[in-house]
Amino acid sequence: MAKVSMTVNGAAASGEVEGRTLLVEFLRGPLGLTGTHVGCDTSQCGACVVHVNGEAVKACTMFAAEADGAEVRTIEGMANADGSLGVIQQAFQDHHGLQCGFCTPGMVMSAAALLKDNPKPTEAEVRKYLEGNICRCTGYHNIVKAIMAASGQDVSAIAAE
Amino acid sequence: MPKDHGIGASPKRREDVRFLTGRGKYTDDIALQRQTHAVFARSQVANGRIVNIDTTKAEAMPGVLAVFTGADFADVGGNPAGWLINSRDGEPMKEPKRPVLAHGKVRHVGDAYAAVIAETAEQARDAVEAIEAEIEELPAVTDMKAAVAGGALVHDEIGTNVCFDWGWIEDNRAATDAAIKAAPHVFTLELVNNRLVPNAMEPRASIGDYDPGTGDYTLYTTSQNPHLTRLLISAFVLGIPENKLRVIAPDVGGGFGSKIYHYGEEALVLAAAKKLGRPVRWTASRSESFLTDAHGRDHVTKIELACEEDGTFVAFRTETYANVGAYLSNFSTATPTFLHGTLMAGNYKVPNVYVNVKAVFTNTAPVDAYRGAGRPEATFSIERIIDMAARKLGIDPVEIRRRNFVQPDQFPFTSAAGLQYDTGNYDALMDKLGDLADLSGFEARRAASAAKGKLRGLGVNSYIEACGIAPSNLVGVLGSRVGLYDAATVRVNATGNISVMVGAHSHGQGHETAFPQVVADMLGIDESSIEIVHGDSSKIPFGMGTYGSRSLAVCGSAVVRATDKIIAKARKIAAHMLEASDADIEFKDGKFSVAGTDRSVGFGEVALKAYIPHNFPIEDIEPGLEETAFYDPANFTYPAGAYACEVEVDPETGVVSVERFTAVDDFGNVINPMIVAGQVHGGLAQGIGQALFEGCTYDENGQILSASYMDYTMPRADDVPFYTVDHSCQTPCTHNPLGVKGCGEAGAIGSPPTIVNAVVDALQRGGMSHVTHIDMPLTPARVWAAMQG
Repeated sequence: MAKVSMTVNGAAASGEVEGRTLLVEFLRGPLGLTGTHVGCDTSQCGACVVHVNGEAVKACTMFAAEADGAEVRTIEGMANADGSLGVIQQAFQDHHGLQCGFCTPGMVMSAAALLKDNPKPTEAEVRKYLEGNICRCTGYHNIVKAIMAASGQDVSAIAAE
Repeated sequence: MPKDHGIGASPKRREDVRFLTGRGKYTDDIALQRQTHAVFARSQVANGRIVNIDTTKAEAMPGVLAVFTGADFADVGGNPAGWLINSRDGEPMKEPKRPVLAHGKVRHVGDAYAAVIAETAEQARDAVEAIEAEIEELPAVTDMKAAVAGGALVHDEIGTNVCFDWGWIEDNRAATDAAIKAAPHVFTLELVNNRLVPNAMEPRASIGDYDPGTGDYTLYTTSQNPHLTRLLISAFVLGIPENKLRVIAPDVGGGFGSKIYHYGEEALVLAAAKKLGRPVRWTASRSESFLTDAHGRDHVTKIELACEEDGTFVAFRTETYANVGAYLSNFSTATPTFLHGTLMAGNYKVPNVYVNVKAVFTNTAPVDAYRGAGRPEATFSIERIIDMAARKLGIDPVEIRRRNFVQPDQFPFTSAAGLQYDTGNYDALMDKLGDLADLSGFEARRAASAAKGKLRGLGVNSYIEACGIAPSNLVGVLGSRVGLYDAATVRVNATGNISVMVGAHSHGQGHETAFPQVVADMLGIDESSIEIVHGDSSKIPFGMGTYGSRSLAVCGSAVVRATDKIIAKARKIAAHMLEASDADIEFKDGKFSVAGTDRSVGFGEVALKAYIPHNFPIEDIEPGLEETAFYDPANFTYPAGAYACEVEVDPETGVVSVERFTAVDDFGNVINPMIVAGQVHGGLAQGIGQALFEGCTYDENGQILSASYMDYTMPRADDVPFYTVDHSCQTPCTHNPLGVKGCGEAGAIGSPPTIVNAVVDALQRGGMSHVTHIDMPLTPARVWAAMQG
């Protein structure tokens, strides 16, 4: 067992972990941040995407020990300071970009990383960027639309609802 | 102007806030004091005799609390099939027992034969590796026709791999045979409806808890229907009295059918919790989900269509082999029969239909209902062969369908497959499709594709489905062992806000937003004061759950009936308060008034009176304002639609890309258009997935070759286009109070044949007239091979 310390959503967090403990297990277990989900065991689905030192990372591909000293941001840290939904979160609600909600945290975290690097992505760029995030409910239509809307683009021409 | 509240409006989903902030509460998010962890030992062979399981070493591993094997459950009941099907010769289907843990034999890769309970999941995983299982591998059978022909048996005790050999409708068989014999044109197609893995993004998970002080059990589980799970565990598997078992299905991350059924892991965690006196939890890895979730589809069908010279259909005849896997899952016998054969007339006034289905055991995971459940298989067979017939007869694919559509003035229409369609207007759907999909502009787009070196094709399709499952009287006659009503309680609290307890479970469908729209409209009060409660057997009267596009049509109808009762009682209370007779009280916009006067009381005042019954006519009216209704539908509902798709095929590589997809559906009345469109989008992606990408494959030894997201191709965002969807052509259901038909499965039913039709069209237009069909999934390799002839 080794001690790890990191900053998660702006607050100090630490705990004892085994060498094999994944970052996602540390977040969900000892830290109780269950918004980050596990949808697969091959790093394909993207439900566990978080930001580590500002970069989108699949938290199942990283040991907790590797995040020692890092700045970690999870879905629980994405709302505005007053608790209201952040721009991307709000766009997902406005455009029905989620159904069962399970892939949603990863989608929002990936979308945030995309918009940081590419503030006005095209439809094709959004779709390409999401290749590491699987959604089974929405058919992606409203996710792509929501992300484009969150980037400030006019999405009213995209098919209704 | 679109409505901004109530029925027909699209308020933002209230459930979204918790999901978007990471505060959803899924089963694996629940942590209980003193909890322990279960991990299962699963068979690595597809068919094997369990010679010995030595758990000594595993039991001595650090943290291990208990190890269970099949022997521990040898005396408990089996997990039953919910529907009894009789074969054509009158023999009842074969029903081998489905145990909690495999005992004596393992029958598919992933079949669990032992479970370790330990302090941590890691310790349990390590200990599973220390179980010494001697399993003698036997020849496996995975191909259905081979399984029917003989050879290895999945269940030795029944002496055959054929579960049933069912005919529908047996009395129509001779007439259908004769019609086909006499027809000038008979087209034949052999089709594979590819095996799929539902792949809800949340893997299955269960937590069992037992309170020795009260004898109460609690099961937290990923279920679409917690009451049904409770019933199965109580009545068939563990014998826990229903009133001592609470089943909670909290937030559930998608289901698509795979979470309808009771699985052995749920029984194991309950039994283990009792034995240990501590909570026992289990969460599937994705690999386990691939190995053990009920799979979908997996039919091999020969379909014949007999036509007149002008394309008039005279008969459909099919012979289908339907894989049920190694054990009968709860709905597995209904899916290929009464959810499939009964739809085999499609939207058409064809006079003769005969369907034969042979359900076959194989050494593969159980197969059961997956989004659409039997109806996609029926639609695929019908719509593929119609396309082939149109092509061979030189009739436009839209035109041949129109010539055979049931006409608006023929409803209610009894189809040749035995269902009574209540309403529909299939030509109107096709008209709308023509406009929205701009079918007349296809040729220009084809030319543009050709200029890029791509082959463009257009596919169209029409479908019908039977939803709102299901009228108990009818399904009882057909073999169902349950009733398929649903229930709701409307509880008006003293302060006027409302809790609605519903039997339907929401795992993406937005019930928490849509159901209040209905109640709010009926009571004339604000939606925000209405809360939906679901997913907990201790809070809800009863419910059969969510599947078969039934939630709104069946449970929503129960909500309406319960709300009607609330209004009736509130009217009496209001009459008393206003010192008028019941008959003189009018209820409108949340206010009870004495007709022709300005005297009125608001709904909230009446609610308060009900709970503070001073000066209350207690001999005529009970205090309180809470009503329950059970609603049993009179018939199925019949959503229908017309779909069009344009694809581009790369002639060099066989890669197919979906360029345009238009779905026009008649769902009857629509409560929340935003949610309905979202349901269609999701269904379309699953249908596109089936048509182009997804396929669960077993080798001849029964090893699953597609058990991860690296091997099983899920549709990704860049595999699909923006869709055009429409549900403005509405022929409301005639027999439920909301006039709704159901929208959850349509997209997955209508889209696969549309895509295959489009790809065949592209190749035919590209001069490859030899290509009449390609089996799904239409991978680049298959399309390329087809192009080579």
